[in-house]
Amino acid sequence: MNRRRAGRIAINATGLLVFAIMIFPVYWMVATAFKEGRNILADTPQFVPTPATLSNFSDAIHRAYFWDVVRNSLIVVAAVVGFSMVVGFLAALALAKFKFYGRGAFIVLILGVQMVPLNALIIPLYIQLSRAGLTNELSGVIITYLTFVLPFTVWTLRGFMLGIPKELEEAAMVDGSTRFGAFVRILLPLVAPGLVATSIFAFIQAWNEFLIAYVFLNDAQKQTLTVWLAGFTTQRGTDWGPLMAGATLTALPVVVFFLLIHRRIAFGLTAGAVRG
Amino acid sequence: MSFQPGSEAGFPAPPVAAAGPVLVRRRRPAGERIFRAASPYLLLAPAALVIVAVLGYPLYLLTKLSFQEFGLAALVTKKGTWIGVDNYTRIFRDHQFWTVLLRTFVFTAVNVGLTMIFGTLIALLLTRLGRFMRLLLTTGLVFVWATPVVVAVNIFRWMVDYEFGVLNWTLTKLHFGDFLNKDWFADPKMGFGVITAIIVWGAIPFVAITVYAGLSQVPAELVEAAEIDGARRWQVFKDITFPLLTPIFVILTSLSIIWDFQVFNQVWLARGGEPEEDYWLMSVYSFFEAFRLGEYGFGAAIAVVMVGFMFLATFVYLRQMIRMGETR
Repeated sequence: MNRRRAGRIAINATGLLVFAIMIFPVYWMVATAFKEGRNILADTPQFVPTPATLSNFSDAIHRAYFWDVVRNSLIVVAAVVGFSMVVGFLAALALAKFKFYGRGAFIVLILGVQMVPLNALIIPLYIQLSRAGLTNELSGVIITYLTFVLPFTVWTLRGFMLGIPKELEEAAMVDGSTRFGAFVRILLPLVAPGLVATSIFAFIQAWNEFLIAYVFLNDAQKQTLTVWLAGFTTQRGTDWGPLMAGATLTALPVVVFFLLIHRRIAFGLTAGAVRG
Repeated sequence: MSFQPGSEAGFPAPPVAAAGPVLVRRRRPAGERIFRAASPYLLLAPAALVIVAVLGYPLYLLTKLSFQEFGLAALVTKKGTWIGVDNYTRIFRDHQFWTVLLRTFVFTAVNVGLTMIFGTLIALLLTRLGRFMRLLLTTGLVFVWATPVVVAVNIFRWMVDYEFGVLNWTLTKLHFGDFLNKDWFADPKMGFGVITAIIVWGAIPFVAITVYAGLSQVPAELVEAAEIDGARRWQVFKDITFPLLTPIFVILTSLSIIWDFQVFNQVWLARGGEPEEDYWLMSVYSFFEAFRLGEYGFGAAIAVVMVGFMFLATFVYLRQMIRMGETR
């Protein structure tokens, strides 16, 4: 009995250690963001930010173009999420609720195109957009983001729709609803959490993207938050305090959203993978 | 069976199979039948069009570019010169290509291996933790998962900063040697160590949480029966859990290979946008040739080769998904 208890304590201690190692970089970012300048550049690192200060955050916010890039990021994300949710929803509906010739092929296509690396596509995309005169325009970035957000949206939404039992819809139709009525009253409310989760995940993907925005948007005023943040690093002698404050601000919405939905996404990716 | 406005407003439409016995269907007008047959295609059309425009056409253009000499001048005139397979022969004669390719293979193997091992170990740990510790560790993993790459790279750059980085200080204090003022990126091997740490750290949560979700679906009776028969923990994992989870492992491994083979951002940002040649991976090589040297055709050819190498992993992934019936 004692040995078992010792074992349990050892396991939980290991868990705590793993937690500490994994979370440390995140903690270090936040801690640095709240430190005073002289405590950041100290020979002996200061592990708890005392006294805490907000000056790094105000530095970051007052840096050139901060509000411009925040607005740009929001515009890009809103347009990408809005468009791919509408288009993706229709496609997912077809894939999940209809039987038709070519469905299997289309599903494999949707899965396959998600594996094409963005770095390989960036050259032709750049040339295409420069021909259309859309480089250095947010609209070019928005269109390009659909390459990875839309297939993902279709795939995930389809998964959520498949999770809704057919019997429910059929029961509604037997009770006298049309297919559209059954759709509005039964399917839509049931799939709503899936819609929220998918749009949040699409938000995160678009928000985090760096490479395309970095290549396509040249003017400092037109860049997105991630490119702005990467711009901190090119100067000699990095200003770590404001950089970590800016990093914290960039990560904040993503972390909050992620905590809300990660269960659904992890489930969506593995549902049906184990059949005991 | 049509979009009757009445039924939405609450007036029940006639039931579909109301007339006669259950299996006899009322014959619908031809127009309605055609509409019904066409509706999935109509629903798919917008998505299909967008995918062709933003993925299909660029892929075609990429392949076409790889057979052209397409420099900065061509970007203005909008016309490349057809040169056949010259770009490809140039790649295969370029000794730098083989160095970068080999480096990318080793890099992928190390990163995928470490990600899968640590991810699985943490998943197994999660199954045995108490309720509180499990919640704590899961929350920690989600924080890491959510950290944007650009943010993660900057955190690690700060942690390994040669002057005031917390890593050098800690290693020195723990008597691992004199790490004061050690520049981790001076030696590419150490530098890639840091980059690997960034990638593995960021990738562990997805693997750990997915494997854990799979583990919790393994029937408890199977494990208990084996334990009653005197199987050791390792044997239970090897003979029962692992075979049941093989589909998940195949998917996670092939996804990791696909993701790690094309790593770009971490290298690019860790080296401040100017990676030295010793730091080039395939995607950096292709990007550099295209956007820094203005050789879009040559860069495209490298990208095509890169996609070709990734095809195998993609194939394994797709086959597993089809087998599991995910694509039905």
